[in-house]
Amino acid sequence: MIQVQNLTHRYGARIALSNINFEVKSGEIFGLLGPNGGGKSTLFRILSTMMMPTEGTATIAGSDVVRDPAAVRRAIGVVFQTQSLDKALTVEENLRAQGHLHGLSGATLAERMAYAMERLGLSDRRRDLVDTLSGGLRRRVEIAKALLHRPRVLLMDEASTGLDPAARRDLSRHVESLRQQEGVTILLTTHILEEAGRCDRLILLHQGKIVAQGSPAELRSRIGGDVVILEAEDTETLAAGIWERFRLRPTTLEGRVRVEIENGHRFLAEVVEAFPGAIQSVALHKPTLEDVFVHETGAAIE
Amino acid sequence: MKRGLPLSNFFLPAATLWQRELVRFWRQKSRVLGVVASPLVFWLLIGYGSDDLARFYSGALVLTVMFSAIFSTISIIEDRREGFLLSMLVSPAPRTSLVLGKILGSATLAWLQGLIFLCFAPLAGVRIGILELVPVAAVIFLVSFTLTGLGFVIAWKMESTAGFHAIMNLLLVPMWMVSGSLFPMKTAHGWVRAIMWINPLTYSISLLNHVLSLPNAAPGATASLVVTALFGLVLLLASGLMAAQKSTRSAA
Repeated sequence: MIQVQNLTHRYGARIALSNINFEVKSGEIFGLLGPNGGGKSTLFRILSTMMMPTEGTATIAGSDVVRDPAAVRRAIGVVFQTQSLDKALTVEENLRAQGHLHGLSGATLAERMAYAMERLGLSDRRRDLVDTLSGGLRRRVEIAKALLHRPRVLLMDEASTGLDPAARRDLSRHVESLRQQEGVTILLTTHILEEAGRCDRLILLHQGKIVAQGSPAELRSRIGGDVVILEAEDTETLAAGIWERFRLRPTTLEGRVRVEIENGHRFLAEVVEAFPGAIQSVALHKPTLEDVFVHETGAAIE
Repeated sequence: MKRGLPLSNFFLPAATLWQRELVRFWRQKSRVLGVVASPLVFWLLIGYGSDDLARFYSGALVLTVMFSAIFSTISIIEDRREGFLLSMLVSPAPRTSLVLGKILGSATLAWLQGLIFLCFAPLAGVRIGILELVPVAAVIFLVSFTLTGLGFVIAWKMESTAGFHAIMNLLLVPMWMVSGSLFPMKTAHGWVRAIMWINPLTYSISLLNHVLSLPNAAPGATASLVVTALFGLVLLLASGLMAAQKSTRSAA
């Protein structure tokens, strides 16, 4: 449904995206995960036809974003990171204006609006000014708005940013049911790991490059076994000691030494015994997407 | 997917944007006061001060229209970063139809405020009959349209509202000052008169003086009408071209 080939984008001399390739299948929930400044927003702007890439191609539902942006715009619904609602208008008025932008009117539009509001639980707020709605409700209006013309692809940019955990769960429930019941393909950008974990597949973006791609489970399995985190005052000495003693290459990050290892519980006991007094606290967990990111880039995500 | 006629795909988005401007305006009625009040105060102070309200009337009316046009178009900058313009940019509606809707909407607001200012015309000794009201209203709309177009052309490429304020102070306000609003062309010093000659606003003021039968109606009526209309048309085309441009820089 979405094909991205050899996509590169430069802002002047700065390279924001470097040779990006990926494909999103119909009906997938696909995530772009990475820290701010990693290239997600640039990629999102190109896919949503707000900007042309300097090199490479991207097609959505068979149409090229540069050659035929109008066809792409008919196929996509876009939910922006910032608000795209008119606060001085009511929920209904915002939706109606959006429908008009897509050439919808009359009975068709009324029916689509009623359906979209019903779908996102907004029917009883239809006559409220957007200004009076909570952040979570506004997000739902944004989605209702993006769905009015029945797009085949929904693009969501950091859609859950600024929402409390309950509103965030509510949002992902709506997204999941959209995919299941309407077969909408969803591409979302996020820096929230929990949200990325719910995607079918994702790519990890760092400094404009794809550092890993696959399903959350596949990505996590790149790290064999467990992750052990050791907090220490002098992380460099500890890391060097671990290399000498166990022949393991740890990564050090913000006062922590991170070791990927099978049977981490055994290593934990040995390492604490080997460096008495040097370790302030220890932790062991199964690999998370954050670990995958650190594993691939040596940098933290948030 | 069911689609409307191509014609409705052009006019529907334009109409909805036009309507949106009016609804927003109606809900923020205090804006009227902000736009009409300061030109009114300027006019009364300068007019009574110099004991010549008639001479400064057209200038004050154009200032009202200009303030309104500036307020409306300045919102484009914010609206594009965070607001309704964002969804317009990724909708299949032709950019030209969006531009037309936005400019017509803002121009209508400026026009309405110009009409409110027109209620004070009797103070300047202007009597307007019902029949004269039509050409007067038409001229005020034309001037509103050109000034909104000018605001649009400036705002579209702006990154921040601060930049717009700078241009307003350095370009728009001086442009208004040397348009015959404060002093007539015939008494102006050589180089100022040259600027007045090429200033499109001079023709707008003159056109208003013509239809309101006020003094200092120069250049002639036809020239004033043609220049004002052409200026508006050029700005509309420029706005359309600017908005339709594809770019490797982000539109928002």
